[in-house]
Amino acid sequence: MEKENNITAAVPEPSPLRLISTLGLAGLVSGACLVGSYLYTLPLIQAAKARAMEAAVYEVLPGCESFETLELRAGMLVPQKEGSGGDRVFAGYDATGRLIGYAIQSRISGFQDIIEGLFGYRPESKTIIGLKILESRETPGLGDKIFKDPEFAANFQELQVEPTILLVKKGAKQRPNEVDAITGATISSKAVVGLLNSGIGKWKPVLGDAPAQINSKQ
Amino acid sequence: MQQNENTQWGTFLRGLWAENPILVMVLGMCPTMAVTNTAINSLAMGLATLAVLIGSSVLVSLFRKVIPAQVRITTYIVIIATFVTIIDFFLAAMAPAVHKELGAFIALIVVNCIILGRAEAFAARNGVWLSFLDALGMGLGFTLSLMCIGVIREVLGSGSLFSIPLFGKGFEPWVIMVLPPGGFLVLGFLLLGVNRLKYRPQGAATGRIHKHDKI
Repeated sequence: MEKENNITAAVPEPSPLRLISTLGLAGLVSGACLVGSYLYTLPLIQAAKARAMEAAVYEVLPGCESFETLELRAGMLVPQKEGSGGDRVFAGYDATGRLIGYAIQSRISGFQDIIEGLFGYRPESKTIIGLKILESRETPGLGDKIFKDPEFAANFQELQVEPTILLVKKGAKQRPNEVDAITGATISSKAVVGLLNSGIGKWKPVLGDAPAQINSKQ
Repeated sequence: MQQNENTQWGTFLRGLWAENPILVMVLGMCPTMAVTNTAINSLAMGLATLAVLIGSSVLVSLFRKVIPAQVRITTYIVIIATFVTIIDFFLAAMAPAVHKELGAFIALIVVNCIILGRAEAFAARNGVWLSFLDALGMGLGFTLSLMCIGVIREVLGSGSLFSIPLFGKGFEPWVIMVLPPGGFLVLGFLLLGVNRLKYRPQGAATGRIHKHDKI
């Protein structure tokens, strides 16, 4: 402590302008570095994300052998054009080319940050058949159980979406549209259910219950 | 010259053993507990911290005479946060799997007290070369200690090392080791071992410490 006092005492008090300009300069240089590295890494991060997304589609649609990316244009599902930023959904097919279901992407505010997830939806039975959390910064050890806890993941292997998906206390699941919450991570569990409901709310009317008419591979 | 070389070597070595950030100074416990459940996570966290530590120590030391004392902590934090964010971007681009596993703990390197501690205690008072050596030693000391904990926890808790299974199917993993209590247990035993190593010679020389230390 004494040493510190000596340091400050030896140098005359700098003017406020000096202090402000030091901090301003530090902020400016820091900002420039951040913008530079952001622009440099952005395409790399996007490529890595695209690869991860591909793997995730195969994961949430069990038995899926190939998939195609569809987008919603004027209320119709059409194969996505390169570089178009429209809302997309992935249609997954098995080895014989029969539709297994759709992988739907959805996002919602979690406990700390946005949670982004991809889930498999089978329109014929109106069930969710798989869920993968793509992005989340939930509390390690508690909230991160939404993608680490196999018991929680088991909720999403066969989950009715009608009339709506409900969150119940752990162990209280009785109906096929209910999800057992994670003890100690209610907000994160709620967010996951919200993520599913908002994705279903948006895509169920579009996908209908008929098998997809669009399959460019057949 | 000889003296000078000794100082340099000593500065580098200090972080590795005599003032090891985890095993002796017991700093940076948050990442130590949180990400040492596997060897690869420990290594990634250690190297990320090492990079931030070197970058910020060198910059702080370079500008130590220009930064007014009144705003030094703020400036250090700006420097540190910039490095951490850059590392965060690059890790997300180059090693997405590791980045996802470490999650928020990469961003939390900003508040790792080792980094601000070294900036304030060493880099702000010493030249660039010495500050670099200090950061390198401290960063490597941190990485090696994390690896120690990570290897023990992964081998016992998952029966593997760097995700390569070590034992046959008959091995029942000690699940507690990959859970938070495992981190405390392993660190506790390591600290015990290090302290025993460090303080034994004096005790043995006088023969007293052992006698009165029995309790």
